[in-house]
Amino acid sequence: MAKKKTLKNDDIDEKKRLELYNSQYLIRVAEQRAYDLFLENLVKGTSHLSLGQEAIAAGFATAMQENDKSFCTYRGHAHTLARGASVVGVLGELMQRDCGLMRGKGGSMHLTDTSKGVMGSYAIIGAHLPMAVGSAWRAQYMGHDDVATVFFGDGTTNIGAFHEALNYAVVYKLPVVFVCENNNYMEYTPIESITAVKNPAADRASAYGLDSIIIDGNDADEVYRTAQVAYSKARSGEGPSLIECKTYRQSGHSRADPGAYRPDGELDHWKKNNDPITRYRSRLIEFGVKQKIIDGIEENIKRVVDEATEEAKSSPVPPEEILTTNVYANGGWAWRN
Amino acid sequence: MAQLTYREAVAAGIAQEMERDETVAFIGEDVARAGGVFKATVGLFDKFGPKRVIDTPISEQAILGAAMGAAMTGMRPIAEIMFSDFLAVCWDFVANEMSKSRYMSDGQLKCPLVVRTGNGGGSRFGAQHSQSIENWAMAIPGIKVVAPSTPADVKGLLAASVRDEDPVIFFEHKSLYAIKGEVPEGEHVDTLGTAKVVRPGKDATIVALALMVPRAIQAADKLMTDHGIDVEVVDIRTLVPLDMKTISSSVAKTGRLFTVEENPRLCGWGAEIVSIVVDELFWELDGPAVRITTPHIPLPAADNLEDITIPSVDRIYSKILDVLR
Repeated sequence: MAKKKTLKNDDIDEKKRLELYNSQYLIRVAEQRAYDLFLENLVKGTSHLSLGQEAIAAGFATAMQENDKSFCTYRGHAHTLARGASVVGVLGELMQRDCGLMRGKGGSMHLTDTSKGVMGSYAIIGAHLPMAVGSAWRAQYMGHDDVATVFFGDGTTNIGAFHEALNYAVVYKLPVVFVCENNNYMEYTPIESITAVKNPAADRASAYGLDSIIIDGNDADEVYRTAQVAYSKARSGEGPSLIECKTYRQSGHSRADPGAYRPDGELDHWKKNNDPITRYRSRLIEFGVKQKIIDGIEENIKRVVDEATEEAKSSPVPPEEILTTNVYANGGWAWRN
Repeated sequence: MAQLTYREAVAAGIAQEMERDETVAFIGEDVARAGGVFKATVGLFDKFGPKRVIDTPISEQAILGAAMGAAMTGMRPIAEIMFSDFLAVCWDFVANEMSKSRYMSDGQLKCPLVVRTGNGGGSRFGAQHSQSIENWAMAIPGIKVVAPSTPADVKGLLAASVRDEDPVIFFEHKSLYAIKGEVPEGEHVDTLGTAKVVRPGKDATIVALALMVPRAIQAADKLMTDHGIDVEVVDIRTLVPLDMKTISSSVAKTGRLFTVEENPRLCGWGAEIVSIVVDELFWELDGPAVRITTPHIPLPAADNLEDITIPSVDRIYSKILDVLR
């Protein structure tokens, strides 16, 4: 019989576990807040939430070192928050206020915080995979020890840039980690119904000489351990990894999409039996973390998100004079003399 | 001064910048060991080795994406897209990514890279290997657009493009690769956003780009010889930034404007220039502003057909003569 795991014999210590929980819980509360603010018409345009997918963002970001780079999709709030970007900056950007990370010039789909290694969120499917490859090329070329991680959805595996980027990264043995968040749906369509293979990322790995890696994306510990292996491989010059994380999007695709295309009971099943936050909270308790400590984390995060919400609400809209700034590197937009 | 071909000037420009700056590296299909399909990058691989001069797979999205990711994080890559027509398969990176990341991130992201590409007709390659697409690029805010007509400009403007903090699409004209010209010895760096009067004149202004520049000069010489019409030719050199000052002062002097464009007529770059001139210099004009362009058709392969499609010396000459007489 396997020895029961305890905090003492486990590879992840209590401090790290609380960090992982903190990160997941922050994403959960901030994303729920984003949804509420959307319904209040305070988050404008669109918004793609990672509710239910928090463990992936938390697990990878927690395994990263400070100079690592993240490349995200339009579903990028979670990854931006997980790298430590300010909650005011994120919510402010979603609300298109002057306090936003990009002062309202990018919006929900393009969260960027280069000071935290978040090299942008991109809303054209697939484009950021080659960019992450380029960042990894620079690291290899210049002898830097950072790794690029690129997060993308299951739908991305069917676009050409995914395949170009994988081949390229393997050919030049670049330090990049490709993370597919398979949440079962390509927007509104079940991914399995429009993909030739069962596991859209992992089943393609062999075409590029990569290991087929499938993990439980709703288990932050498993994500964290897998990330550590991939990062150490990348940092030791052994090239890229492709990791398919099985998860489930508890929200709609975007905005207020009710997800009517989902079979009855599916969402409830995932929420009840396989919610990453609930699971992780149980594990903390199982491993002997005091309820008080968990409550403290949760209280603190709620307070942080509440305060950030108020701060963002009271922030002015961006001033009109920034409309034409930062088109070109000289700070302006002049295309003629 | 050294005599270099246009294609030798490409390699010379890249070499000059790679010697100066370790962060400059060069990627593309068949560009390294083979020296490029147009032989414009011969010798670079031998000189700088496989770390800095890299043969890539046929993956245009990966090429531009990789260049962009590297540029965002501290390099100054040069990427080759073999034929400008192929930019259509990676246009996302030009139209949506490198051009917009600085703006969307409110200045957090930068993208100092150069995309070199073989542009233009005259090689009898047909509709998918001959287009002039500089006007596609010009329509996108956030990038710069360069198209030199001489070996000296190739080297000087390429160097300026590499040193520029913005993404630059650098259009080399395939039918100019073999031409020879004087190129300054030693380090040569030009300035983006500067047009040049390459043939002074007083009766009319031709504004031209790339292959159309030598044709415009020849037509102007013939108009002078045959009819004593003295035409000034302005080589735009960079479409973005656009040096309207040079163009406008020429038009103000001559009172007549002709554009000679290889891009197809609709929304060609000349339309923008004519519109600016009509807006700002209307009372200086002594007659209509006239655009001489490739018609709004795909390019044919047959030599006789291609020759009547792209503006020729004869067509430029006759059109100007018709209009001025």
